[in-house]
Amino acid sequence: MSENKKVDVVVVGGGITGAAILRELSKYDLKSVLVDKEPDIAAGTTKANSAILHAGFDATPGSMKSRMNVAGNKLYHELQAELDLDIEWTGSLVVATNEEEMETVKGLLTRGQENGVEGLAVWSADEVLAAEPNLSKDVKGALWAPSAGVCWPFGLAIAFAENAVENGAEVLRNCQVEGFEKVDGKICAVKTNQGVIETKYVINAAGLYADTISSLAGDDSFKILPRKGEYVLFDKTARDQMVKGVIFPTPSKTSKGILVCTTTHGNTFVGPNAQDQADDKENTAVTPQGMAEIINSARKLLPNIPVGAAITEFGGLRAVSSTGDFVIGKSSVDGLFQAAGIQSPGLTSAPAIAKYIVDILVAEEKNVAKKADFKTRRTAQPLFHRLSHAQQAELIKENKLYGRVICRCETITEAEIMNAIHRPCGARTVDGVKRRTRAGMGRCQGGFCGPRVTQILARELGIPITEVVKEHADSHLFYEKTQTNGADVQ
Amino acid sequence: MSELLYDVVIVGGGPAGLTAAYSAWENGAKKILVLERDREPGGILQQCIHNGFGLHHFKEELTGPGYTHRCWQLVKDKKEIEVIVDTMVLEVKPDKTVIAVNPERGLMEIKGKSIILTMGCRERTRGAIRIPGERPAGVFTAGAAQRMVNMEGFIPGKKIVILGSGDIGLIMARRMTLEGCKVQAVLEICPFSNGLTRNIVQCLNDYDIPLYLSHTITEIKGKGRVEGVTVAKVDEKMQVIPGTSFDIDCDTLLLSVGLIPENELSRGLDLKMHPLTNGPIVDQHRQTSAPGIFAAGNVVHVHDLVDFVSEEAEIAGKFAALHAAEQVSADTRDVVVVPGNGIRTCVPQHISLPADGEKVRLFYARRPAAAQVKLK
Repeated sequence: MSENKKVDVVVVGGGITGAAILRELSKYDLKSVLVDKEPDIAAGTTKANSAILHAGFDATPGSMKSRMNVAGNKLYHELQAELDLDIEWTGSLVVATNEEEMETVKGLLTRGQENGVEGLAVWSADEVLAAEPNLSKDVKGALWAPSAGVCWPFGLAIAFAENAVENGAEVLRNCQVEGFEKVDGKICAVKTNQGVIETKYVINAAGLYADTISSLAGDDSFKILPRKGEYVLFDKTARDQMVKGVIFPTPSKTSKGILVCTTTHGNTFVGPNAQDQADDKENTAVTPQGMAEIINSARKLLPNIPVGAAITEFGGLRAVSSTGDFVIGKSSVDGLFQAAGIQSPGLTSAPAIAKYIVDILVAEEKNVAKKADFKTRRTAQPLFHRLSHAQQAELIKENKLYGRVICRCETITEAEIMNAIHRPCGARTVDGVKRRTRAGMGRCQGGFCGPRVTQILARELGIPITEVVKEHADSHLFYEKTQTNGADVQ
Repeated sequence: MSELLYDVVIVGGGPAGLTAAYSAWENGAKKILVLERDREPGGILQQCIHNGFGLHHFKEELTGPGYTHRCWQLVKDKKEIEVIVDTMVLEVKPDKTVIAVNPERGLMEIKGKSIILTMGCRERTRGAIRIPGERPAGVFTAGAAQRMVNMEGFIPGKKIVILGSGDIGLIMARRMTLEGCKVQAVLEICPFSNGLTRNIVQCLNDYDIPLYLSHTITEIKGKGRVEGVTVAKVDEKMQVIPGTSFDIDCDTLLLSVGLIPENELSRGLDLKMHPLTNGPIVDQHRQTSAPGIFAAGNVVHVHDLVDFVSEEAEIAGKFAALHAAEQVSADTRDVVVVPGNGIRTCVPQHISLPADGEKVRLFYARRPAAAQVKLK
């Protein structure tokens, strides 16, 4: 019988929050493991959200949301170089289309200044339209927040995880938490479908299921209320008809509203709407009503939105806490830390949440030293399509598989896909390759490259092609060999 | 970076590209290069293993691979024609420089006196038509599934629903049935099928596959893998009629919902494009708005038959060769072709002068409602 795995900290959940926490833990002499129930990390809320690094003028002053948002935004400005993160500091605009909304915008300025957001300014209509000429001529003015940006959200989570693994942390995927063991009321082990992991601490970053995990440990102090948001994503070719940054409408009492936003790769999206989902934590379906709602709302900001250039629609679920704020810090259960209820601005807050929790944990554990040989820097793999032709030629000289384009829409090469599979915490699924390389994110949405990526995964992982999945454990793509042919695939 | 100079550089080695290469050779071009991104030439026809091709162009009925074989036979031994496979064109510049890449030769900078764009077309996807529901595995375009079955040797699922009754959808209904799969239904949002009658008979009726006209999918179900679709009837404005929905059980949804000329490279060239064909505007020689850059086949407009693709490619190949040899007049006068009643689009969109007695054949697409069109 094999012995139990023994660690100091188990992080439950491999979204942006869990990954940031694992990286923060890996700075210390602690044995840390992250478990995720899915075949790959960053497969929940982290993969379907607005990808915005908020400036921090939204949240109520003094709330955890506001503190973490402003601190997280500052941290990303440093982490961008350290971890080679794909972020563009585009700034954001909250656009008013009447005098009443202008008053709200001025209120946001005051709130933002109270939250410590730097550089905020109220812009005139002329200033707004000079920066974003495609916006509606009804614009009266806007709040400009230069510290906001857009990012590649799963890329961020993967960067955190890669760097953590390079620094000795471990990531276990397909690993579902089934319960906890305690001694004298203190957590001493996590029971999973891959066996028992003995540990001193558990950090709950389980996203939509954070309440389930917390309950399993004996803390029922909050519920996670899933709230769906739907999006429509547009092709890069429509870029000139779109916006250059992040455009929010003026928020109403009930909603931040549906925004129009660029991405780090030149696509544009509109969304999200907000629909409470009762108990359904799996329903990410897009609906005809939802799509009509977001397109009609977006038209108020961007009257000539080229609807025909849509390349995909998707839905994501916000992990809204019943407490109305992030649930972060020590639980009433000894040994358990919460990083729960991480809805917007969760992506922005992740590095601040990680630091906040790990600081408390390290203080509690005492005598924990920082690793002397901690590798601060992580380098992203080169993205072929962003390089000059001379640089591309150099790469092909090093590795000729940079000369084979697999994803035609986004110009992603075989070498990049193989790197994505073989890097630390590498891709195991077709969507995992997509999150790491963008293969399949273009206008054909993986029609051409999906089967090719499946074949490369099978080859590199040494598994039959029929075992390769798209995302979830049961999402196989190839069923069985044809009866008439059965030609072996290289 | 290696630098190369050719009379005619052809982007795409499908039937259009191969035919254009042969035609350029016949018309005197001495150095011709065809760049193909797949592992062998032939283009999408390589996966179309059914018959029905070539009746006009080769005067006999061929399969897709049979048709491309004929095209290949014409070019394969010509020392003036070079075909490079496994090669992706990254950029075509207005000065007729082509940047291409492949694993063996690396990044290539190729100069052409003439360029012919023959990139073909691609399939519309789920996202383009905004089908609601979850995003499980098991939703494929019909062409992607066809490649999987006919070239890779795997089936994409066992219980199939097909959206769209164009010819690709119909052909795949039969193909999946022959592979032992159960095709539950073919759905068509229009009150008629755009497929050939012979395909309705031979691909659906012969196998008792139900065709639901004026129906569409209102939801895709399943989290990991497709578990079913909800279907509803639509009115004459293609709006869902409430109360008409029902579920169909399936593990696979194939989409045959239209083709779009693949013009990303053309956009980079800033060519004048036609909003309805989604292809570059061409004259009767298939020359685009950029002198010396020609286009032929499905990249110009989606053709019903590959035979017409070949016909167009012969024209483009000929005039690309003449352009390379500087045997064309620099006259800039032209005549615009205006589609009349009942005609949606017409190719070529204009005729360059002087058209000294040359015959110009117009290809047109009907408006859906027009049963018959007469050309004066």
